[in-house]
Amino acid sequence: MSGVDYLSPTTIAEAVKALGQAGGGARLMAGGTDLLVQMRGGRAKPQTVIDIKRIPGLMDIRAEGGGFVIGAATSGAVLGEHAALRKAWPGIVEAANLIGSTQVQGRASLGGNLCNASPAADSVPALIAAAAVCIVEGSNGRREIPVEKVQISPGKMSLAPDEILIAFRLPPRPAKSGDAYLRLIPRTEMDIAVVGAGVSLTFDASGTCMAARVSVGAVAPTALLVEGAGMALVGSKLDEGALAKMDAAVAAACKPISDKRGTAEYRTKIACVLARRAALIARERAGA
Amino acid sequence: MSDGNQGGSKLKVVGQRPVRPDGVDKVTGRAMFGADFHLPGMLTGRIKRSPHAHARIIRIDTSAAEALAGVKAVATGADFDTGAGGEVEAGEGATAVKEVAANCLAMGKALYQGHAVAAVAATSPEIAAEALDLIEVTYEVLPHVIDVEEAIAANAPVLHDDLFTTGVTPKPAKPSNVAVKTVMGRGDVPGAFAAADVTVEGHYSTAAVHQGYIEPHACVASFGADGQSVVWCSSQGQFLVRALCAKILNMPLSDIKVIPAEIGGGFGGKTTVYLEPVALALSRKCGRPVKIVMSREEVFLASGPTSGAVMDIKLAATEAGKITAAEMTLKYQAGAFPGSPVHLGCMTAFACYDVENLALTGYDVVSNRPKVAAYRAPGAPMAAFAVESAIDDLAKKLGMDPIDIRILNGVRDGMKTVYGATVRSCAFVEMLEQLKAHPHYQTPVAAGQARGVAAGFWFNIGGESSAAVHVDEDGGVTVVSSNPDIGGSRASMAMMAAEVLGLPIEKVRCTVADTTSIGFSGSTGGSRVTFATGMAVCQAAEKVVVDLKRRAAATWECDIANVEWRDGAAVCTDPAKDVKPLSMKALASKSAKTGGPIASEVSINAQGAAAGYGAHICDLQIDRETGRTTVVRYTAAQDVGRAIHPSYVEGQLQGGAAQGVGWALNEEYVYGPKGTLDNASFLDYRMPVASDLPMIDTILVETKPNPRHPFGAKGVGEVPIVPPLAAVANAVSQIVGKRMTSLPLSPARVLAAMEEK
Ligand SMILES: Cc1cc2nc3c(=O)[nH]c(=O)nc-3n(C[C@H](O)[C@H](O)[C@H](O)COP(=O)(O)OP(=O)(O)OC[C@H]3O[C@@H](n4cnc5c(N)ncnc54)[C@H](O)[C@@H]3O)c2cc1C
Repeated sequence: MSGVDYLSPTTIAEAVKALGQAGGGARLMAGGTDLLVQMRGGRAKPQTVIDIKRIPGLMDIRAEGGGFVIGAATSGAVLGEHAALRKAWPGIVEAANLIGSTQVQGRASLGGNLCNASPAADSVPALIAAAAVCIVEGSNGRREIPVEKVQISPGKMSLAPDEILIAFRLPPRPAKSGDAYLRLIPRTEMDIAVVGAGVSLTFDASGTCMAARVSVGAVAPTALLVEGAGMALVGSKLDEGALAKMDAAVAAACKPISDKRGTAEYRTKIACVLARRAALIARERAGA
Repeated sequence: MSDGNQGGSKLKVVGQRPVRPDGVDKVTGRAMFGADFHLPGMLTGRIKRSPHAHARIIRIDTSAAEALAGVKAVATGADFDTGAGGEVEAGEGATAVKEVAANCLAMGKALYQGHAVAAVAATSPEIAAEALDLIEVTYEVLPHVIDVEEAIAANAPVLHDDLFTTGVTPKPAKPSNVAVKTVMGRGDVPGAFAAADVTVEGHYSTAAVHQGYIEPHACVASFGADGQSVVWCSSQGQFLVRALCAKILNMPLSDIKVIPAEIGGGFGGKTTVYLEPVALALSRKCGRPVKIVMSREEVFLASGPTSGAVMDIKLAATEAGKITAAEMTLKYQAGAFPGSPVHLGCMTAFACYDVENLALTGYDVVSNRPKVAAYRAPGAPMAAFAVESAIDDLAKKLGMDPIDIRILNGVRDGMKTVYGATVRSCAFVEMLEQLKAHPHYQTPVAAGQARGVAAGFWFNIGGESSAAVHVDEDGGVTVVSSNPDIGGSRASMAMMAAEVLGLPIEKVRCTVADTTSIGFSGSTGGSRVTFATGMAVCQAAEKVVVDLKRRAAATWECDIANVEWRDGAAVCTDPAKDVKPLSMKALASKSAKTGGPIASEVSINAQGAAAGYGAHICDLQIDRETGRTTVVRYTAAQDVGRAIHPSYVEGQLQGGAAQGVGWALNEEYVYGPKGTLDNASFLDYRMPVASDLPMIDTILVETKPNPRHPFGAKGVGEVPIVPPLAAVANAVSQIVGKRMTSLPLSPARVLAAMEEK
């Protein structure tokens, strides 16, 4: 048994090449807060670790086209300190900032959270609700895919073996919009979501919901975009009837397992509770 | 000390809050814990563990592992030699040597997932890991049993063919998983139930919970060519580690020197051995030092949690609330080998209360789980959960205040416990009165919240201890303790010595000695160190004072009766002599002329430990849509005798309460259908984190100092984990609207109960 090779390329092309050459023996590393833990526990045994933090653009936040582009390896702490991002997308920032502790926040990234492909990843429902898009690059060039299309099952992604997630693109934010993310954990921190729910809403001047996206985590093999839940809210003022319809849509979409973290029945119930609460917070943030 | 228990007002050091002497090393990382030792040529040891919950070991083929370059030794249970076996006193009770050995390396059968079956020592961690994979173990997988009730059932898979229940006559014809039946009681229980105004009853259960010490087990062992060995390890007792290693490897005690490392928590879980005999066996085979460090997963899989319990309880009482009788059955998980603390559960269950008629039956039950180890007041928290819940039901039924009903039934000096001891120096009732008067209890319960009250008891022990006091040439003092410092005992030892010697605390340092540098001592457990080792320290310091007075008298050529020791100096009271006091420094610097070095070592068997009593109040709220509980306010009161260092006593109360709240709300061992543990990590084994708890308020009740200790100390470390389970559950039950009988009170369980109504 030999050591692990460590590469820290400074261009995307270099990283893509190294990833392709390793033929499955390499792992990308952003913050390493999942990867290094898995390596120490013997669950990941890469021959090569490719650190992507020195690639320009992967560690910053840029205003672009009326929205934002967030480098895939940007840490939670940096997201939390970005005033404009916090104002436009408080739900995404709160989701990212729930990850781990202060120490973990200094490293943990949105890209790593998504690409670890855990159904319980906290930032993913918030990103899906926000209609965030992934900018991905591999030997076949660059492409963009919605966040909800990236994870396909626990630990599995739709990216090609040599593709790298470069950044997230967040759309421009209309007036009277708000988002929120809530999770249930038995403790107050350092825990993994039993259920998570992200909601993003836009209202018109009269307070009627014009656009809604609802996403739930840890209730299926991947985080889910529950289109029916969003549709239930659109055209309403989030009255009880609309919220009940949202509940029904969320409950119907949930396909949880029963495990040490919660029973299927409990998870489904909580998904509805959190989606409702997140929707009400999002409305308040939208000023509607 | 000759004049017995001193009054609080005269004390200068005891009762103060000096800075913790081991604090700087611990916060700067300079402290050396079990995993911090390195020796030249040291090898990495690793342990191969059973993937099965229950399996016969048909064959262990180590040849491929031994052939791997870099592998220096492979060991199995065959490398142990326990000879006649026997028992070793282990701090909270005796432990059978053969079972400890078979737990360190399996003999014939793997009895739980994670049970050690073989070990390797290699030149690198990578080679050791590879060698583990090359050890081939052939198993015959057997049916397993995890649950305690299922383990008792007639058709259960039997773990040990030679285990016949003791405590029943006639001796059973067949082996079973019930190791011991304990029966305890007094009076006429059926008669009292027949005459009762009110009765309550319930069926309760608690989950197995781990001590959760932050430092995983770790050791380095080095076997010398002449047979003399050294072990560095983190444990609650260097002498216990020595005794167990010697018995398991058939070595004389004097050939093993155990050097205690700093210990990162034990809570009872480090009053046995897992790694040390294995590392020594490996080192003996290859002649090189071997280090073994457990991973967190190994800690959960293979070191002792405490028992989960199943209990049935019935109380009989008068209309006025006086409990007249109680009947209780306790079934405790022992894990893979006998030895649950069920007898302690029986003894402590009603120790807070004066109940005339009692019938307690305990069952010690083995199943395919890791062997339990002591955990803070072993056996008491589960029993108290059932008892304190039942008393809460009784108070409700009678419309009584929960503190009043406990005062009415509370033990007072002179009463007899069910196990025969007479209650003395007991402040249980005063403590309840102080708790009742506390602002927390006087504040009405906030809307949407509920308040739970519960009490608890622990014996506390004394026993064998040694300590030395050395006066340095410059008048400073070194105290040598025989007990690893888990809860701040270096501070309390130094403070008691400083008090006796009349020195400022800064002049006294305390160190923890290895097995060759101080006389024997029992382990740091049973809340005994401040009491027993503290008593040895005081006696050693007293002897030093006598010696200093003798030296002063010789210097002044006066009668020793005319010499007093005051504020760290000898003072001559002979009016015929016009001499200035002789300070410690002056006497120490001249010691060569007055008889040589000034030092004293005392070894005692400390008698007269006083029991401790606690009572806690917990305010909490529950999210009605998710079932999630938040503890809002918490107060812990305890009868502590006298607090030597009040901050550390408060810390013990807070720590015990925190662990008890975790036990009540979220901690549990979760097993899958194959009998394998699903949550062997801190991520899924949910101990509370700091932000889960409010500041825990404390009340130190010092109205009844222990007259048998020089400063009145009682043990304080274990009592505070006894009340929280029921304090939390009593509050949760109020909000849910029905009695919650199963721990943990996890969100899903609470929500289900609220929806069932
Ligand atoms: C103590 C602790 C607490 C935690 N708490 C939480 C929590 O509360 N909620 C939560 O959701 N998670 C939690 N985590 C998990 C982890 O911190 C998060 O998933 C984090 O967002 C991962 O980001 P990272 O940058 O560290 O990822 P890394 O570990 O660097 O990478 C994770 C995975 O993604 C791959 N990857 C990384 N970047 C890319 C990329 N740009 N393109 C393609 N693949 C990539 C890696 O190869 C790896 O497989 C916790 C972890 C720890 C250690």
